[in-house]
Amino acid sequence: MRRGPSWFNVTSITLGFAFLYIPIIILVIYSFNESKLVTVWAGFSTKWYVSMLSNQSLLDAAWVTVRIALLTATLATILGTLAALTLVRYGRFHGRTLFSGMVYAPLVMPDVITGLSLLLLFVAIGFDRGFWTVVIAHVTFTMCFVTVVVQSRLVTFDMSLEEAALDLGATPAKTFFAVTLPLILPGVVAGWMLAFTLSLDDLVIASFTTGPGATTLPMKIYSQVRLGVTPEINAVCTVLIAIVTTGVLIASIVTKRREVERQRAERLAIQG
Amino acid sequence: MAAKAIGPVRRSFAPWNDPNAKPFIEFRNVTKTFGDFTAVDDLSLGIYEREFFALLGPSGCGKTTLMRMVAGFEEPTRGHVLLDGQDLVGIPPYRRPTNMMFQSYALFPHMSVWENIAFGLKQDGMPKADIVARVDEMLTLVKLEQFAKRKPHQLSGGQRQRVALARSLAKKPKVLLLDEPLGALDKKLREETQFELTDLQMRLGMTFLIVTHDQEEAMTVADRIAVMDRGKIIQIATPAEIYEQPNSRYVADFIGDINLLEGRLSSVGAGGAKLECVGTGATVDVAQDVSARVGDQAWFAIRPEKVTISLTPPADPNVNAVSGEVWDIGYLGDVSIYHVRLATGATVKSTITNTTRLVERPITWEDKVWLSWTRDGGVVLTR
Repeated sequence: MRRGPSWFNVTSITLGFAFLYIPIIILVIYSFNESKLVTVWAGFSTKWYVSMLSNQSLLDAAWVTVRIALLTATLATILGTLAALTLVRYGRFHGRTLFSGMVYAPLVMPDVITGLSLLLLFVAIGFDRGFWTVVIAHVTFTMCFVTVVVQSRLVTFDMSLEEAALDLGATPAKTFFAVTLPLILPGVVAGWMLAFTLSLDDLVIASFTTGPGATTLPMKIYSQVRLGVTPEINAVCTVLIAIVTTGVLIASIVTKRREVERQRAERLAIQG
Repeated sequence: MAAKAIGPVRRSFAPWNDPNAKPFIEFRNVTKTFGDFTAVDDLSLGIYEREFFALLGPSGCGKTTLMRMVAGFEEPTRGHVLLDGQDLVGIPPYRRPTNMMFQSYALFPHMSVWENIAFGLKQDGMPKADIVARVDEMLTLVKLEQFAKRKPHQLSGGQRQRVALARSLAKKPKVLLLDEPLGALDKKLREETQFELTDLQMRLGMTFLIVTHDQEEAMTVADRIAVMDRGKIIQIATPAEIYEQPNSRYVADFIGDINLLEGRLSSVGAGGAKLECVGTGATVDVAQDVSARVGDQAWFAIRPEKVTISLTPPADPNVNAVSGEVWDIGYLGDVSIYHVRLATGATVKSTITNTTRLVERPITWEDKVWLSWTRDGGVVLTR
């Protein structure tokens, strides 16, 4: 008996997708609006993309944001991976519960509190706010996401693989880079991408911890919206969406292709 | 062919009987505790060069811990582990001249068979040409030449096992450690591989230390077996001695099938002893020097295949004999196991080899039968 999706499934999927994507679709459509008014359609045009490219302050903000996100993702991945290794590997060391609690706290901490406390810290120690304070703040709140992703990968990791490497003469450092890291790499890469995205679209923490000359794109957009939304903002957002979508697509295609290859290889092996 | 070549060597190989021989691996009063749990308890043991030594025991008896102390994954809480005269304590695993074959094989999933075998050689900084030659040699040894480029998940269980073996042998370790190496294979393949392992060990002239809970495996491959229980060694002997002359009820019961009957010693002396056996309700006469006193509690242990079953009383008056009734028969194809209930209520097992293709059994259920065994058929155990 063939069973198609019921009307209930169809409706719920349609509603769900509509809820998630209609605002984005409208945003993309209006980025091609001829009119200066965001809400009134006046014909197709790409002039806002041209004007976006000549808006130096907007481009500067985008560049700052990307640099912050790249640095944040890299630092958070290193620290988050180390934290995950510690939590999974070193069993019941003194203060483990406290450590894991502290690692995961930013996961549930409201952004406003993280931002405010970091601001107070930077003021207290007299640290000049700017590019680096935003990076530090972003590493603080994205690291725990990396830890969660890497930890889940490490839990299923067969410890005897590391023992085998040590047994064959690899030093602990060599073992980590030749055996452990390649095997947890999917988790590490996923963690990096997560940290990158989180940093890219953070507004609250960046507003608290930034200083002169380090305005990120979300901050820029937010401040412009307060002065009135122009379709230029829509154009910027459309470009951002395009970049993110491309990244996600590439990642999923690569994963899919690997999976198919692996399954084919396993079939071959079973056939002898 | 190979069997002929190794026969004489195996027959005459007994360094443990040579008072001048020095142990190659030595455990000196080794204790290992994990919290409150004592895994290894003040244990001393010597293993000789070129020996195939088996640590046998149930799970949790400390055999794996003992092996992991040789590999360097565990350090003894007290005592010393020596290899070739050198104290291993404090030396990390990657500087020890031992290699281990893991129970899970622990093949690196992201490397090909070739890279897996080359991994250890690369760590030593061996020249590339030498690595290629050595890996090819290893692939030939385990007959996996065509599989060099495959990844571990593209191999069958038996092939993976051979890759793991080749990888652990590639560096020519002083000692090869085998942790339940054949546990994941099916019975037929396991039996084949056991003989391959012994053959390989003889040809390479290396010292092998195997950990297993499978007594058949230990008996097939090993020169000597140490039977362990709760962190202590109960008996160290050759497979035949372990089987025929167990030193305790624990060893007798752990290895193979055995009838254990309780009793009290009524006479001890040179070349013979008598036991008033409660189980059989008769006196058991054994040709054995028993180092215990008259009146001590003891157990008579006899293997089922050494108990003869017959419908008439045995003609020879010198053998031990009791009568009973056939209670149950287990037909295993090659042998049949008879459970005979005695007048005392005890059950004695007797195994008969099925040498003919008789479907009708000459002795069947509820038959009145006689069980008999010679004076040297069984042993008296005092612990």
